[in-house]
Amino acid sequence: MKRRAEPFWWSLFGAGGVMSAMFLPVLLLFFGFAVPFGWIDVPAYEGLRTLLDMFLVKLLLFAIVALSFFHWAHRFRFTLYEGLQLHRFSRTIAFLCYGIAILLSVFACYVMFVL
Amino acid sequence: METIEIEVFRYQPEKGSDPAFQTYEIPLNKDWVILDALNHIKDHIDGSLSFRWSCRMGVCGSCGMVVNGKPVLTCATFLEKFAPGPVRIEPLDNFPVVRDLVIEMSDFLDKLQKVKPWIIREEEGSTEEEYLQTPSQLADYKQYSMCINCMLCYSACPVYGLEPGFTGPAALALAQRYNMDSRDQGNRDRMEALSDDTGMWQCTFVGDCSAVCPKNVDPAGAIQRYKVEGATHWWKTLLLPYGKDR
Amino acid sequence: MDKSVNKQYYRKDMSIFWWTRKWTHIRFILRELTSLSVAFFALEIVLLFFSVSRGPEGYQTFVAVISNPILIILNFIAFVGLIFHSVTWFDLAPKAMVIKVGKRPLPAIVIAGSNYMGWIVVSVLIFWFLTENT
Repeated sequence: MKRRAEPFWWSLFGAGGVMSAMFLPVLLLFFGFAVPFGWIDVPAYEGLRTLLDMFLVKLLLFAIVALSFFHWAHRFRFTLYEGLQLHRFSRTIAFLCYGIAILLSVFACYVMFVL
Repeated sequence: METIEIEVFRYQPEKGSDPAFQTYEIPLNKDWVILDALNHIKDHIDGSLSFRWSCRMGVCGSCGMVVNGKPVLTCATFLEKFAPGPVRIEPLDNFPVVRDLVIEMSDFLDKLQKVKPWIIREEEGSTEEEYLQTPSQLADYKQYSMCINCMLCYSACPVYGLEPGFTGPAALALAQRYNMDSRDQGNRDRMEALSDDTGMWQCTFVGDCSAVCPKNVDPAGAIQRYKVEGATHWWKTLLLPYGKDR
Repeated sequence: MDKSVNKQYYRKDMSIFWWTRKWTHIRFILRELTSLSVAFFALEIVLLFFSVSRGPEGYQTFVAVISNPILIILNFIAFVGLIFHSVTWFDLAPKAMVIKVGKRPLPAIVIAGSNYMGWIVVSVLIFWFLTENT
């Protein structure tokens, strides 16, 4: 059977959909509202640094972030096809969407594991 | 007697005129479905009106039309529901219109063929042999076998409207009907036909196909299950390249 | 088929704004656009790592940035999008996953329900973990 890319991208979309649905709202609630509005004390630098330096935390957050980018890429690709009727540019759009997701994931990997 | 206004989409190519709506005033009979109203118009007011129908009981799938913006079986939709009116009746969306409320369906028939909607065996068994099936094996696919090919789901599907090449809801659900049949061995054959850029991956799960289905087939669900299966198959054959390919 | 007959078919074009005409389509397009919220907030997480790697000053900048009214508004929009994404995702998941226990498939409400339970438990745990450990 001919190997096609679509099931691969769809798997990433699905995995990213699960990860972002499960984890992103609470993280945004924490950093986007709880911290700025002072519902809790602003986390001290040392504590946060120790936490973010833990390998498992990094790995989990990298998985969440990278899969979220691919989730966006796949969904947004079809939104452009359908919402703006751009199906005739499907190759360019697919290339751009997945390309951006790959670049962002590489960048995230560098920031999280190298810096 | 109370009356109601019916606005019917008219397209009569032999007259060379543009499509337009024609309004008829008819009795609001509480026992009538939309199809009865159309037959009343054809029999008593305007014999030139064209539309398809056959069984009048929600089985043949011929009388699907768009009523007030929603694709329905006109034989199963009561006129009174739309009182005081007016009721607007159009042909199914996303299909070429031959005349008035009659659409051209050969594209759908081609797509049905494409999914190989019959039981495929790797080797033909003897004609004497029966393929037994338990009630629970029957339950696995029974829902998907209820389709009457009325094409309401195609009318409701914006992906089909945008991309006429898309295999579409009913045909994909029918593929699943056979894939999930314990007697069938054609899963791989169909997967090949339905994994290209007109197949299941084009579906973006708008979900309207399932909402309009008069037989609760749930094509949207069938397609999402198919995607999970297709993706699982993809990873399996990647990680176990020498394993059995199914 | 004879082309001259074919030409007489009437074909209705789909408007480019087809998704504004029906409530189900508006809902659909909003659901698809939640992907922007997802990508936007994922970038903020990368920004968090980036600023923390820059030492305490970098982190101060991050706190200042997330406290900026513009970002609070953007985050609020993103949050609404994320919640809509989670709800639609968990609601639709049973369509794609049919889990059989014995001979019967689990009812959709059980799958969606356990998704929601898992979501709430995970969210509470993470929130508690973050407040306790930082």
